[in-house]
Amino acid sequence: MRLTYPDSIRIIRLPCTGKVDVIHMMKAFQRGADGAYVVGCLEGECHFLTGNLRAKKRVVYTKKLLDEIGIGGERLEMYNIAASDGPRFAEVAKEMHERIKALGPNPIKGALQNKKAA
Amino acid sequence: MIVAEKKPIDEIIGFVRDCKKILVVGCNECVTVCYAGGKKEVEILASALEMAFMKEGKELEVKEVTLERQCDHEYLEEIRNIIDEYDAVISLACGVGVQFMAEKYFRTPIYPGVDTLFMGVTEERGVWAERCQGCGQCMLGKTAGICPVSRCAKRLFNGPCGGSTKGKCEISKELDCAWQLIIDRLKELGRLDDYDELIAIKDWSTERAGGPRRLVREDLQP
Repeated sequence: MRLTYPDSIRIIRLPCTGKVDVIHMMKAFQRGADGAYVVGCLEGECHFLTGNLRAKKRVVYTKKLLDEIGIGGERLEMYNIAASDGPRFAEVAKEMHERIKALGPNPIKGALQNKKAA
Repeated sequence: MIVAEKKPIDEIIGFVRDCKKILVVGCNECVTVCYAGGKKEVEILASALEMAFMKEGKELEVKEVTLERQCDHEYLEEIRNIIDEYDAVISLACGVGVQFMAEKYFRTPIYPGVDTLFMGVTEERGVWAERCQGCGQCMLGKTAGICPVSRCAKRLFNGPCGGSTKGKCEISKELDCAWQLIIDRLKELGRLDDYDELIAIKDWSTERAGGPRRLVREDLQP
């Protein structure tokens, strides 16, 4: 297919999105990620039956928490894409890249850089 | 178990606004089971607080500890050597644990990280409901194992009130009428005759009405 997607995206592979916990998403932002998204299998097609549905609820919970602390829940998203759907994967990557670019950097980035420099 | 839920993060931030170094202490018992104050919730709160402070351009050092229990001396002693290094503690235990820690460590401000709700059960995953109010004189032997103190809105002891409709309580269509449950179970047990027996006026002095309670077991004292 030779599709391209933005080079700002770093992929972290997991056996199932059911493995994604609130703390994993929080840590991504705490370490300076500007945005993050969880990509699971299509709803109803989870190999482990409900892994992606659980992930969806955890994403909703974490988005709320990120809103509460002023990082912004819109920086986090959940998508469901079939493993065979390469074009959609690339499309979502572009979509998230554009969304995060419009939002600007993670609000704690400055503080993180100062901490590193110190 | 004692059921609790996490406090709004804003309220917690308000407690520690002027701190530089804090300790977040979880509890491995009830609040772990109801996902309010165990090791996982300690991690999440610590992460959220650090980010909230960074966003304001401030730095907050958070140490995470989860104790086996916070309602016993021996486990609370585990933080004695480190507690003086911190400006404040956020305890994710129930109100019991928060208070016991505050009693023990008089010079350190201790703040609650959860709202303690009730003594209850896990009805299903993610749903908890009240089952006991600790009245100090258990009635369950007379009421087919269903508690009218904690489950009847009026705490009635001799049958339902006029607000019981189709097995539900008048305060909410979701709430079972405790007396409906009692009568159904008595029937099932073949003990419906017990319902005719009048339950005498309850002595409420063993409940909170008698003031804060204490239990002393001399046989167990050193």
